[in-house]
Amino acid sequence: MKQPVLSLRDLHIWYGSERGPVRAVDGVSLDLLPGETVGLVGESGCGKSTLGRGVLGLLPDGAGHAGEVSYGGRNILALKPKELAQLRGPDLGMIFQEPMTRLNPLMRISEHFEEVLRIHEPDLSKKQAKARALETLRGMGIPPTRYTQYPHEFSGGMRQRIMIALALVLRPAVVVADEPTTALDVLVEAQILRIIADLRRNFDTALLLITHNLGIVAEACDRVAVMYAGRVVEQGPAYDVTTKPAHPYSRELLRSTISLSTRELHSIPGAPPDLVSPPSACRFHPRCPNAMKVCAEQWPPTVTVGTARRSECWLHATEDIPAGLEAPLEREELAVAEEA
Amino acid sequence: MSRAGSLRGYILIRIALMVPMVWVLLTVVFLMMRVAPGDPISATLGGKLSPADLDERREALGFDRSLFVQYLEYLWDAVRFQFGTTITDGQTIGSILVENGGATLTLTVAALVFALVVGLPLGLIAGRYRETLPDAAIRIFAILGYAAPPFFIGLLAQLLFAKNLDWLPASKMASPIVQAQAETYTHILIIDLAIDGNWDGVWDVVKHLILPAVTLGLLVMGVFIRLVRVNVGQALGGDYVEAARARGVPERRVVSRHAFRNALVPVVTVMGLQVALLLGGAVLTEQTFSWPGLGTRLLQYLNSRDYIGVQGLITVFALVVVVISLLIDIINALIDPRVRY
Amino acid sequence: MTATTSVTGTPDKAPEAGPPKRRGGLLSRITAPYRQSHGIQRFMLVSGTAISLAMILMAIFAPLLAPYGFDTYQDADGRFPTQGEPSDRNPWGTTVQGFDVMSRAIFGARTAVEVVLLAVAFSLMIGVPLGLISGYIGGWLDRVLVLIMDALFAFPYLLLAIVAAFLLSNTIDSGIVVTAIAITVVYVPQYFRVVRASTLSAREATYIEAARAIGAKPRTVIARYLFPNVIQSVPVIATLNAADAILTLAGLGFLGLGIQPSEAAEWGYDLQRAIADAGAGIWWTALFPGLGIVLAVTGLTLVGEGLNDVLNPTLRRRRVDRPVVQSRRAVGSSAVGPASAPEVEEDAGQ
Repeated sequence: MKQPVLSLRDLHIWYGSERGPVRAVDGVSLDLLPGETVGLVGESGCGKSTLGRGVLGLLPDGAGHAGEVSYGGRNILALKPKELAQLRGPDLGMIFQEPMTRLNPLMRISEHFEEVLRIHEPDLSKKQAKARALETLRGMGIPPTRYTQYPHEFSGGMRQRIMIALALVLRPAVVVADEPTTALDVLVEAQILRIIADLRRNFDTALLLITHNLGIVAEACDRVAVMYAGRVVEQGPAYDVTTKPAHPYSRELLRSTISLSTRELHSIPGAPPDLVSPPSACRFHPRCPNAMKVCAEQWPPTVTVGTARRSECWLHATEDIPAGLEAPLEREELAVAEEA
Repeated sequence: MSRAGSLRGYILIRIALMVPMVWVLLTVVFLMMRVAPGDPISATLGGKLSPADLDERREALGFDRSLFVQYLEYLWDAVRFQFGTTITDGQTIGSILVENGGATLTLTVAALVFALVVGLPLGLIAGRYRETLPDAAIRIFAILGYAAPPFFIGLLAQLLFAKNLDWLPASKMASPIVQAQAETYTHILIIDLAIDGNWDGVWDVVKHLILPAVTLGLLVMGVFIRLVRVNVGQALGGDYVEAARARGVPERRVVSRHAFRNALVPVVTVMGLQVALLLGGAVLTEQTFSWPGLGTRLLQYLNSRDYIGVQGLITVFALVVVVISLLIDIINALIDPRVRY
Repeated sequence: MTATTSVTGTPDKAPEAGPPKRRGGLLSRITAPYRQSHGIQRFMLVSGTAISLAMILMAIFAPLLAPYGFDTYQDADGRFPTQGEPSDRNPWGTTVQGFDVMSRAIFGARTAVEVVLLAVAFSLMIGVPLGLISGYIGGWLDRVLVLIMDALFAFPYLLLAIVAAFLLSNTIDSGIVVTAIAITVVYVPQYFRVVRASTLSAREATYIEAARAIGAKPRTVIARYLFPNVIQSVPVIATLNAADAILTLAGLGFLGLGIQPSEAAEWGYDLQRAIADAGAGIWWTALFPGLGIVLAVTGLTLVGEGLNDVLNPTLRRRRVDRPVVQSRRAVGSSAVGPASAPEVEEDAGQ
């Protein structure tokens, strides 16, 4: 039984806003095993980006947190900035969403690599460092002849590959990829995905792949966690969750996915929840087709629903529902246009 | 596409673009000088010479011909770097440049150096520690530096340092002894003295230079502080900075290499405009400190209503600004790899 | 003025375009920046406004505040001393010509306000419409105007004002008007540029296309749709230009090119007179007019920069408190959180 390389324990990340605290991550527990790829899916604004950044300790200004991000026996969130900086790079890496703006326009690619290698592996000679960088870049399909060019001379897809190479050149144990292909077109997306899928094989890196695209998850991930309103509502093996979703939200999400066989557009009524004052009890209940009275009044239990699968829903624990509350929840028709 | 090739192309294009700009400037200056009714000769020497003499002068200098012809002559002269001869004291603008240009050059360069040396680090601190007390103090300092005109600061400085404390001289560029000693090579006093090896003389000029340079420099310093502050602040919140932090780059290096270095680029760009500001301020500063530069001469001709003198010097100033803008653009292209055609 | 372009970061960047909204009354629009800012920004904005208002009040009530007129050299007890030290009779001393320094300083504020108001009004009346028309119509008119404005913009600003004042002083009598026009010449290119840039970007907005599609005449499009949008960037520029204008006015006065001493009191002129005094150690003739300039310009600049910070969303700092995270849940299922701090029942993968 392998020990997880990264462990999130009841993680909360709230940050301040004019209207009150935004509960971006509100009690998430998740494990990452070495070499496995875990997908984190959810709608925009469900907190997954905040979660991803939290893993590296990149919290927004004025954010409050509770719980643990456990790596190597230490809590990332309790580390001092210097210690954090030491971990970032060789142990924890990040791939960002928008590759166009993530490279310093006044620094050549070579200088980006030299910087990161010189900081974390100062014993490397210049030659060795260059060799390492070129090797990683070659793995991403960037030829050595372009090593000394500037970022603006590369296309978006290539810049993303450079970013991935930069994240991987130090062979981190954990990499968080925050929507790495959202800003790229479909063909480039496929290339990047293939690279990401190979990560496990080539680098033995554990990857937390954050995305809103279920298709990617099915293809590239071992396990998937579905996030809603700051909580993980379902997690389990990717194949199982994407073919037989247990939680109503996962189910609805899947049905909304457009594929070649889609005849009719399906969407989840209503709008993503307000993270400043989320709905009471089960946060999905205002939009859930299976909502029962209990869903609005009592917090649903987390139930094991299969091998290594968990889901947080009253549907899996109907015998524990107090009498009278299993009737369907009445609520006003959510006008489709109301919260568009 | 090789980098050298595109850089060369960029420079050529910029030089080519300069030509219409120069032409427009010359035209604007010419028209401005002709706005007032009457001709320059009458205006300057109106009550002082007999009408016959006036006519003679007018003919000699070509003011009796049509406006368009005058315009063409003016352009033609300008292209050959002949900007005219003053009416009141018969000096060519060229000779005035030689005689007094060095002093103005020394002053503006010294002021610019001061502004950069003080302004850039202060701007960095303010940008790094935004919304804290040091930031507020620096910003107010920058505003005050700009709000107090050079002649006010100059006066206060003279009162304080020269009168009360007697540390530094309050006027002129050098003491008379030193000036008598100097040989002229470049017509820039401080350099000439250095070439001669007259280090006492050099030091003398430096002492005279301190107050005026700081006074003028404070003016421009404020602009640099503001600019660096805003750009450093924005860079620190930017995407590539976050990515650098995510790679474990220490904050110190993030600030210096990623934020500050990038914030300097707009400073270079703005430098061209600052030259314009400096030249304007130099006129005021020279007057305050009796500094023998072009500004003092300009005022002399303004007061004696010498149109040619004023026109000539203004033309030179305008051209200087254009040329320096061109140089700045080229430097900018060298620094910022994104700027190429 | 160069200062304004660097403050806004990108010199000719246009603000966000959108159909102009009538949100709340005019009063709430004016007070909005004061309410929305906090901390140091608010301090700057408030103090700047206070200083500027004080200056304006001083200008308006000059005859009441000043002990004497600006060119009074005697009172009932006889002539004032020349270069006299501050005394009961002349609280801030007298100048070399025997004028009362305090009165001249106060009236100087009045002169400054008059000239600057005139200059800003002229510049707006000329620069804004030109920018709108040039930006909207484009074509050769636009190109010619841009070329001229750029040429003027490239000039050292003070030199331009000097030349303008020099030329006009022959033809126009009123020194105040001459100076105002000289300053206008310097700042019209500034407004022109900013308004033109705004217009260029707003011109491509969808709501403008819609207006054109329903047949609105160019005049209507410009006046009704473009103008309110484009005007947003003007207050900040106008405030900062007003600050510059005071400096230009003082500069002209210092060089003797502006207002004649018999016409009005002017700070710059007084400072020029004070140069000779400095040699003799006389400080009061220099200090008070100089302070007047510094205060006026500082006040206006603080307002301008403060407004800029508040209105520019990237620079604005909102009041945000670090939240206290609650994660201790009560025993028993509640509506707020799960029954207990979730134990990891079966770890994934095990």
